[in-house]
Amino acid sequence: MEVDILFKIAAIGIVISILSKVLDEAGRKEQAQMTTLVGVVIVLMMVIQLISQLFSSVKTMFQLY
Amino acid sequence: MEIIQIVGLCLVTTILVVLIREDRPEIALQMSIVVGIIIFLRMIDQILAVVEALRDLSQKANINNLYISIVFKIIGIAYIAEFGSQICKDAGSSSIASKIELAAKIFIIVLSFPILMAVMDLILQILP
Repeated sequence: MEVDILFKIAAIGIVISILSKVLDEAGRKEQAQMTTLVGVVIVLMMVIQLISQLFSSVKTMFQLY
Repeated sequence: MEIIQIVGLCLVTTILVVLIREDRPEIALQMSIVVGIIIFLRMIDQILAVVEALRDLSQKANINNLYISIVFKIIGIAYIAEFGSQICKDAGSSSIASKIELAAKIFIIVLSFPILMAVMDLILQILP
């Protein structure tokens, strides 16, 4: 059910790496850094939601309060 | 049939991770985290079935409910710690992974104290 999240993250990763390469070529190093940072932060927010879902499900399953 | 989907998903994800790894290693790491979580979330209902079956067995064998819940807690801690330390090892920082395992061992020891005490009492009763 969350498989699309996985492919979304892969797409973001590919877009970010291409974008930073293009920006590097264009000479704007700092903007390339900014785009990589933005990409990582977006992916991190998705991953954190999934991690919290994992931890809450494990907590309820094994009564780990 | 479920296993085929899982293996297929993992193979596709591994290829994507290798593709992204040389440019953006941090996103590749986050992808391996996400695929681990997805697989666990898929396996939840099987795990729940096993947990319920074990609990019914312990009810029939009238084992004290406290011990069984401690066993399940330890299994949960072990799983989470294993998940985290494998991810850290995957990322190359094995020192952090060993810290996670150290903390998990300590938690498990602390949790298993009541059972140890019960065993000790049992042994002391048996000895003359």
